[in-house]
Amino acid sequence: MKKISIAILSLLSIGLLLATSASAHELNGHASVEARLFFNEPLYQDQEWNNGSIEFAPEYYHEWESGSSFTFVPFLRLDSSDSERTHFDIRELNFLLLGDPWELRLGIGKVFWGVTEFVHLIDIINQTDLVEDIRGEDKLGQPMAQLSIPSDWGVFDFFILPFFRERTFPGREGRLRAEVVVDTGTPLYESSAAENHVDFALRYTHIFDFADLGIYYFKGTGRDPILIPSADANGQPILLPFYQLMDQVGLDLQLVTGNWLWKLEVLYQENTMENFYAATGGFEYTFIGINGSSMDLGLIAEFVYDDRKDDAATSFENDLLWGFRLAVNDTASTELLLGLSYDLNKKGNVLQLEASRRLRDDVKIFVEGWAFLNTEPDDYYLDSIRDDDFIRLRIFYYF
Amino acid sequence: MPKNILLHNALRLTVIPLLFILFQAGIIRAESAEEKGLAIAIEADRRDSGYEDSTAAMLMILRNRHGQESRRELRYRTLEVKNDGDMSLTIFDSPKDVKGTAFLNYTHKIGDDDQWLYLPALKSVKRISSSNKSGSFMGSEFAYEDIASQEVEKYTYKWLRDEIFDNRECFVLERYPVDMKNSGYSRQVVWIGKDEFRIWQVEYYDRKNTHLKTLTFSGYRKHNDSFWRPDRMFMINHQTGKNTELQFSDYRFKVGLSPDDFNKNSLKRAK
Repeated sequence: MKKISIAILSLLSIGLLLATSASAHELNGHASVEARLFFNEPLYQDQEWNNGSIEFAPEYYHEWESGSSFTFVPFLRLDSSDSERTHFDIRELNFLLLGDPWELRLGIGKVFWGVTEFVHLIDIINQTDLVEDIRGEDKLGQPMAQLSIPSDWGVFDFFILPFFRERTFPGREGRLRAEVVVDTGTPLYESSAAENHVDFALRYTHIFDFADLGIYYFKGTGRDPILIPSADANGQPILLPFYQLMDQVGLDLQLVTGNWLWKLEVLYQENTMENFYAATGGFEYTFIGINGSSMDLGLIAEFVYDDRKDDAATSFENDLLWGFRLAVNDTASTELLLGLSYDLNKKGNVLQLEASRRLRDDVKIFVEGWAFLNTEPDDYYLDSIRDDDFIRLRIFYYF
Repeated sequence: MPKNILLHNALRLTVIPLLFILFQAGIIRAESAEEKGLAIAIEADRRDSGYEDSTAAMLMILRNRHGQESRRELRYRTLEVKNDGDMSLTIFDSPKDVKGTAFLNYTHKIGDDDQWLYLPALKSVKRISSSNKSGSFMGSEFAYEDIASQEVEKYTYKWLRDEIFDNRECFVLERYPVDMKNSGYSRQVVWIGKDEFRIWQVEYYDRKNTHLKTLTFSGYRKHNDSFWRPDRMFMINHQTGKNTELQFSDYRFKVGLSPDDFNKNSLKRAK
């Protein structure tokens, strides 16, 4: 950890030093306030009913004449009830060196892989910041060296990932957790190097006329932990995250034909305990200008399957996911998304509704509603949050 | 009199058949309205080609019928592609919640364009359904098909008349989208100046053939001694009373962009 702190400090000071010598600086970002209001009383001891929270994420960006740049994005959340949700992270702190035609990113960065709407199977470079959001789309900054080489036959990306980030989990006071709390203080690793194991990834992407294809190979510590029942010093039951070494290959494919977008993500993983595959895919069909208005309506249907079935470390192991996305296309950029997951093994459904709208040029409001229905004890996580239906209200101020 | 008859007969017997033969052989041809329309469109396109690449800043002002304004700042890069449509990259600077969002478009002379949207919050590149031609661009009165590169092959043409428009001698053409299925229009009427082949006005007729929108161009300036660009484009929607104004500045040409500036990597680092 100490080495990492030194590395971060030196990157930061080099960046700021170099940046002050030149002209173009940009400071942007946002601050937000949030309320999460739960319909039901908490199920577990120590949990607080509702929570309020503030978040701050400034972004410093500097670009040199050459096109090379420096980015620094710290992140801070303060939460009224969950001490684990109160957290600081460096989302980005990196140099982008622009060659011709290659580019090299050095430092803490964020990378997104994938095409589907609901489940992001192959987005495996950055660790999930799970306390932020149950969708798993918020990510922790990942130390990396990324070399990207475009060619006529596609783009080749090489990643060296020298430090592992542990997933965040809600604490005792937080909601949207299992009955037994995950203890993030003492994670277990298969690698003897623990979080210092150096991971490696290779990715190839290419655009064909009507298709976007990506394939990858990842070797290193997997981001999804196995949760092992244990006890803390006081004999209280806890779950210990165990991070395995793995080899994974995967593919993402997106086809476009007229108003149809077809999407597919597939992965195959080998680790010391098992080999398995998982896949998700489906379509999005867009109705443009419904009823002669300027509104667009998208219909989304996706299927997700995990070969490990009930042993999968996910609630989405054999599920259908439906979505309706409405883009009003007004000046306030009003958008609505309705999503419903349907477990084909009848182990529960998730209903989500999201809406957003710009209130002023620099203020935007986000409202979400979540309901967890028909849950069964077979799906441990989903059943644990059966009483956690909630509304999340966020107001963002951009500067 | 007999002399005239003689001449008349001579014409009838010799000149007219000769002309007829020449017509048949295609040596002299009366241009049809369609051919004339196409020829004007090709000439307008020819005069604008050879710019290689360009960049510009764009201010988009959206107004509703009550005159309430909303502003967006964008930057725009475009690259000519040999034997195909242009590549373009549009980067949003404001409103701030969409800052860093970028839109990549590969225009094709034939078939659907390829389009991607980069969302900086997720750092994800999303492919957009390419038949989204009639969809609103950024909540404005411009549809995707209005802001896309206007390739000759995207329409069929018909010359209607010549007309003085705004003190300028203009050709008036009608053009019909080739992709009738996905275009929001049945036809467009275009006023093109005879002197420099610049477009001054476009009227858009919706699929029910009702006059939907009118776009006017103003403040044309010549850049690099060759390329005319307007400083202002004004689109009014007659059915909703809303309008959108585009103001352009900082035009630059031949800045040395290459296809590598229009791939997914450049989309992600477009700030």
